[in-house]
Amino acid sequence: MSVDNLESVILLENARLLDPAGGLDALGYVLVRDGIIAAVAAGRPEGVELPAELRRLDAGGRWLTPGLIDLHVHLREPGDEHKETVVSGAAAAAAGGFTAVVCMPNTRPFNDCAAVTLQILAAAAGAAARVYPVGSISVGLQGETLAPFGEMRRAGVRAVSDDGRPVVNSQLMRRALEYAGDHDLLVISHAEEESLSRNGAMNEGATATRLGLRGIPAVAEEIMVHRELALAEYTGRPVHIAHVSTAGSVDLIRRAKARGVKATAETAPHYFTLTEEAVGLYDTRAKMNPPLRTAADVAAIREALADGTLEVIATDHAPHSDLEKDLEFELAANGIIGLESALPLSLALVRDGLLTPLQLVARLSTNPARILGVPGGRLAVGEPADLTLIDPDYKFTFRADELKSRSRNSPFIDWEMQGKAMLTIMDGRITHQEISF
Amino acid sequence: MSADYLFPHRHILGLGDLAAADIDFILKTAESFKEISQRSIKKVPTLRGKTVINLFLEPSTRTRLSFEIAAKRMSADTFNISGAGSSTVKGETMVDTARNLAAMNPDCIIIRHACSGSPGLLARHIDASVINAGDGAHEHPSQALLDLMTVREHKGRIEGLKVAIIGDITHSRVAHSNIIGFAKMGAEVRVAGPATLIPPGIAAMGAQHCRSVRQAVSGADVVMALRIQKERQQDPLLPSLREYAIFYGITPEVMIHAASDAIIMHPGPINRGIELDPALADGPRSVILDQVTNGVAIRMALLYLIMGGE
Repeated sequence: MSVDNLESVILLENARLLDPAGGLDALGYVLVRDGIIAAVAAGRPEGVELPAELRRLDAGGRWLTPGLIDLHVHLREPGDEHKETVVSGAAAAAAGGFTAVVCMPNTRPFNDCAAVTLQILAAAAGAAARVYPVGSISVGLQGETLAPFGEMRRAGVRAVSDDGRPVVNSQLMRRALEYAGDHDLLVISHAEEESLSRNGAMNEGATATRLGLRGIPAVAEEIMVHRELALAEYTGRPVHIAHVSTAGSVDLIRRAKARGVKATAETAPHYFTLTEEAVGLYDTRAKMNPPLRTAADVAAIREALADGTLEVIATDHAPHSDLEKDLEFELAANGIIGLESALPLSLALVRDGLLTPLQLVARLSTNPARILGVPGGRLAVGEPADLTLIDPDYKFTFRADELKSRSRNSPFIDWEMQGKAMLTIMDGRITHQEISF
Repeated sequence: MSADYLFPHRHILGLGDLAAADIDFILKTAESFKEISQRSIKKVPTLRGKTVINLFLEPSTRTRLSFEIAAKRMSADTFNISGAGSSTVKGETMVDTARNLAAMNPDCIIIRHACSGSPGLLARHIDASVINAGDGAHEHPSQALLDLMTVREHKGRIEGLKVAIIGDITHSRVAHSNIIGFAKMGAEVRVAGPATLIPPGIAAMGAQHCRSVRQAVSGADVVMALRIQKERQQDPLLPSLREYAIFYGITPEVMIHAASDAIIMHPGPINRGIELDPALADGPRSVILDQVTNGVAIRMALLYLIMGGE
């Protein structure tokens, strides 16, 4: 694989263009010049004025989509660079077809002030993906006082969240929703009622009982989803629900949207791919929060992705090393990496007939861009040249030693997968290339 | 001992891993070993030269002692590591502890640990055999085996018996192993207790959840009371121990509904007057001290089967 930053003009032709915003699904071409999409159209680039210095790439009918945007990652910098850095996380993103990632504030120290935001953005300069930091809702993620939304917004945060922890205090969440509007910030909720989930290690039910593990009931998520929707409705402010894992949450969100609540929601590939059975005999690679749920929950999540109740697929990429994972199940850290497995796992939804290719691209790119209010997510002239070339048929084994992430904590290691990003272009430069032209 | 049965397990992690034939073989082996403890010289050379480590990372008196006596009566060398004296409090991980112990070439490690599944984690990282002496709320296989042995001793069979297990089913590894074991051996297992202490999916494990203690005990051949942990009041799972004793305690009035020859069991230590009336604990139907005696025989059998079978 070679990464080539030199070309300023790239023509990608003979590609299946997938642009949900323009409703475009046709063979065509995209011309990239100086980091911007200079031309995009169906058909061949005949009659288009092309410069002499041009890199001309035949996509061979593969899918060309706006760059994928991951609304939910943990990059671990500052503080836990042995798990991931901004640069390694961005490289993992590029390898997975992502051109932008939204990184959560539960670093050490927390991203609860402009100084930390600036540090993250400084680390992101020159990285293989755009990095949109999320500031915390509360100072120190303590759930007590509001973090300085305005200053963090000026420094570059695009959203606020206490992800990893719920905002227990309802008044604080209400004020966060109200105040975020002043600074054009998205509020992302980690929905969890802690008094119901505390010390839980996996989904509550027969499997947890058999394994002797304390369970986290679905209702621990659903109570808080219900509260967030009620607060969004009351304040009239938008809320984005992170990592939806239960059928009950889906139902609450669907009904809230139907009555006009400004709610959006995401789920992660593991919640539509695996059930709690993946815990097996205490496999810590299947431990995350919220936990893997039942087959009925998986079915509901898939249905909600199809009908648009869940309009975003985000990874909740949560790198951990063996230090946090090669432990007793109850002592192991929550979370799995996801940036490099999300696209193939999501493409299975297309193969299964749940989503059209355009709907899939909407959930992985167009909708995240719109919800976060950032450029990208569209194949349109003047948009940043953030592009992903996907081979939906490419078969490969998901191998730990080929990962760009610094961590290996994935339940999908050694899975046979289908579909991959073969070329990722961010800001007009190639950040990942799997094929030669 | 039947020479044609080859015990197929290197580790004893839980009754979930054992077939009915395995359980039957363990019980028969233990029954044949019981006599050793009644001799004046209570020692056989069977496991001479074998090294057994008791790795007890959670407090235990009787289980550890029972394992140690069992190993010594089989002539194995035993060493004890307890929670306070181990390196785990110094920040060493379980996996590192396992590797260090393995480097000293033990033949068997008996582990008690507060985390469910930790004996399996240990077994994956060492060559020695592992016996689970209780892991979190998961399993306590030697306890269930000694309970099965005690029941078979008194009833002559297990199949077809009605077994009532009363108390904190959620947090009890003893209950979990017993439900699995008695169900596998053909008994009808019923559980009862406060709804706050009955976990979801107990039917999948093989037990019938009864709405009242009286219903569970009705016609039962075996009544097993579980120890109630005093800290359960804070969770909040129980209003008070007094209320527990009134509504869920095993008393002579409750036992009227059991079979006339029903036996009373308890894994110990007993909270007298809370989960079990003292008159019953000390009465003629109690087999509680037989359980303790049989515990040594069961543990001798387990050590023999995983280490001395060759």
